[in-house]
Amino acid sequence: MNVVAHARGPDVAPCVGEGLILRDVEIALAGRRLLRLDRHVAPGETLTVMGPSGSGKSTLFAFVAGFLDPAFTAKGSVILNGGELTGLAPRRRRVGLLFQDALLFPHMSVGENLLFALAPTVRGRRARREAAERMLAEVGLADTFCRDPATLSGGQAARVALARTLLAEPKLLLLDEPFSRLDQALRAATRDLVFSRIRERAIPAILVTHDPADAAAAGGDVVVIGEGEAEGEGAAIDEAALASRKKNEALASSEGGR
Amino acid sequence: MADERRGRSFPLLVTYAVPCLLALPVGVGLVGVVLPAFGYLPALGGEHLSLEPFRQLVAMPGLGVSVLLSLASGLLTTAVSTLGVALFLAAFHGTAGDRLARRLLAPLLAVPHAAAAFGLAFLIAPSGLFFRLLAEPLGFDRPPDLLIVGDPLGLAMMAGLVAKEMPFLLLVAFAALLQADPERRMQLSASLGYGRVTAFLLAVWPGVYRQIRLPVLAVAAYASGVVDVALILGPSLPAPLAVRLVAWMNDPDLSLRFVASAGALMQLAVTAGVLLLWIAGERLVGALRRGATAGGRRSAEDRALRLAASVPVAIAGASVFFGLSWLFLWSIAGFWAFPDILPPSVDLSTWNRTLPNAAGPLATTFLVAILSASLALVLVVIMLEARRRQFRAAAGRPVRLPRMVAGLIYLPLIVPQIAFLFGLQVTLLSLDLEPSIPLLVAAHLVFVAPYVALALADPWFAVDPRYEQVAASLGHGAVATLFRIRLPMLTHAVLTALAIGFATSVGQYLPTLLIGAGRLPTITTEAVALASGGNRRVIGAYALLQTLLPFLAFTLSGTLPRLLSRGRLAMRRA
Repeated sequence: MNVVAHARGPDVAPCVGEGLILRDVEIALAGRRLLRLDRHVAPGETLTVMGPSGSGKSTLFAFVAGFLDPAFTAKGSVILNGGELTGLAPRRRRVGLLFQDALLFPHMSVGENLLFALAPTVRGRRARREAAERMLAEVGLADTFCRDPATLSGGQAARVALARTLLAEPKLLLLDEPFSRLDQALRAATRDLVFSRIRERAIPAILVTHDPADAAAAGGDVVVIGEGEAEGEGAAIDEAALASRKKNEALASSEGGR
Repeated sequence: MADERRGRSFPLLVTYAVPCLLALPVGVGLVGVVLPAFGYLPALGGEHLSLEPFRQLVAMPGLGVSVLLSLASGLLTTAVSTLGVALFLAAFHGTAGDRLARRLLAPLLAVPHAAAAFGLAFLIAPSGLFFRLLAEPLGFDRPPDLLIVGDPLGLAMMAGLVAKEMPFLLLVAFAALLQADPERRMQLSASLGYGRVTAFLLAVWPGVYRQIRLPVLAVAAYASGVVDVALILGPSLPAPLAVRLVAWMNDPDLSLRFVASAGALMQLAVTAGVLLLWIAGERLVGALRRGATAGGRRSAEDRALRLAASVPVAIAGASVFFGLSWLFLWSIAGFWAFPDILPPSVDLSTWNRTLPNAAGPLATTFLVAILSASLALVLVVIMLEARRRQFRAAAGRPVRLPRMVAGLIYLPLIVPQIAFLFGLQVTLLSLDLEPSIPLLVAAHLVFVAPYVALALADPWFAVDPRYEQVAASLGHGAVATLFRIRLPMLTHAVLTALAIGFATSVGQYLPTLLIGAGRLPTITTEAVALASGGNRRVIGAYALLQTLLPFLAFTLSGTLPRLLSRGRLAMRRA
């Protein structure tokens, strides 16, 4: 693994512009445009993307994080702190992910989950453990280092997931409905925690959600996709087209026709 | 974008390269058998293509009976095993009986075919447990003069195959049930007034069968070309086709190899016939099922049927279990006269005599099994991972092996072993390759890899791809993610696959016999070779040793994950 690159992040031309710029981003499937975005997200700011299921919100995430399914075609640039992301491998993008599910690695303790995220440049067993403990304390979960993730409550697991993501010192956060699995009371508290961390660390973030309350708490701009809105125009994914495209691809690959 | 494409075509290549590598010996073996079958094998003086080998083959006495035995064995074994599994699940799915069966039958997976066959032979032979139990009430003091083991119709042989294959198919079906959504389908059918058995057979079983079809076909192919079980339990005058082929192949009269090659092609045709008849039977049963569904008969009162449905599985499981116990008793028995149900005295003299002789074969068995299973695991992991990489993201988009890849991988399970192992042996001879451990490992790999792939493919593709996305977003590369996230999360599945591969290798008779050319005896070839001798004490010891290795492998694969997971709850459940 290229430790140096990981520690410094993408080699970027310094300070062309802070924050995240989505420039003429256009994602299409089988020739049909799903969404188009042209946006700037300042450090510490959260752009909320709303839209019905299948409108391509997750596709946008996959594109920015580097996991876009090859069935899609994407155009435009994603510029983070002046550097182009689109050509980089996912692991060099330093884009933190938070999903609906905490996705804590079940074979590791809470602490090991965090140590897995900590950059290798922090050396020494003690130093690493202390860094992890500090982060746990920051999300209000001191003394859970040795816990089994399976024994955590939903809210606790969500906070560990946040701690894990932040510990890797991401330059951009992608939040894929991270609060939707939490009950009402926990949701507000977790939301506050996440957004306060984002502001404090001055990281740009994109939030995908169905819940208007999430958008309000995020406080930034709101883009609605999939309904031909002025800002982020796009079209709902034609499920049938998607299915037939995938089927064709599966056939092609099963016949070795590529 | 060009980079992107290169990044995808390499995994595509690997996805196909691994199965091609595994199917290659089958292809080479088949070519190597076709030429001598038509008289061409310069090394043995056959320099012209002719139909003479086939003429000689057809002229062999009792050939028709041999072919019929093989056909019947393939069809009946598969039909009885499948029907038993279907009825058992229909009657007991979701009940205590079902949970009991899962627990009791799982260890039977470890028992090699030969050991199970010996166990059954010891139970049903005229001097076996069965007749000893009957001796007192029926008043005979010597074993009845009956030909049970090795009966001319091959019933004992088929019973031995069923005893091993029915538990195997049941365990496969247990895994398949999870994806057939049984609870809701049963509730729905019950609310429409259907009885348990009818509801299961009409609404759930078709979904289960579709998933276990490949193992069922593998059982049919295996039973139609079986050698080791046939040597132990099967008829001898005439024997099933595959057994006669082995005899011709090893005959000092080298000209019989041409006949054996022609016979191998005939075996291929017999197995193809069994599979085609089975597929025709599937159609017929499907039509009957559709008729029953359309008819709407509820059969709500099925208590008697449910009771009867437990019998086949119970007999199969019990015969393997008691057979092994009986083998153990023989291995420690002193003088043991007929009607006594337990030996009057026990000692370790058999073991003392056997162990020094068995140590060498046991070591060979272990070495070949651990090497072939590990190698198979590495190949299968490379292939599955390459396949998965082709599909970058898209949670919820099910990843499967392409049909052609699956077909190639499972080919060695469907083509009768004997049909291509001959050709492979001939090819190796003409390449002047001496039998060696690496060669034997390679031969075992062909049969081990399909089972490892069968065991690992579903769990491998079931891991939520977002775990790896998280790992990548935390700055970890593909290799680190494989070794630190995916493999540890799949510890249990990986070790189970390894144990299954190990057990498969231990049980291999024919590849060891033909590729090892008698110079690399394993515990399995030694045990089967004892069949004709009839020394029960030594047979008992060898059959138990043969069971011991797979049993240890399964025990380890069951307990290691628990130790490695250090008590993580989610891992224990997985």
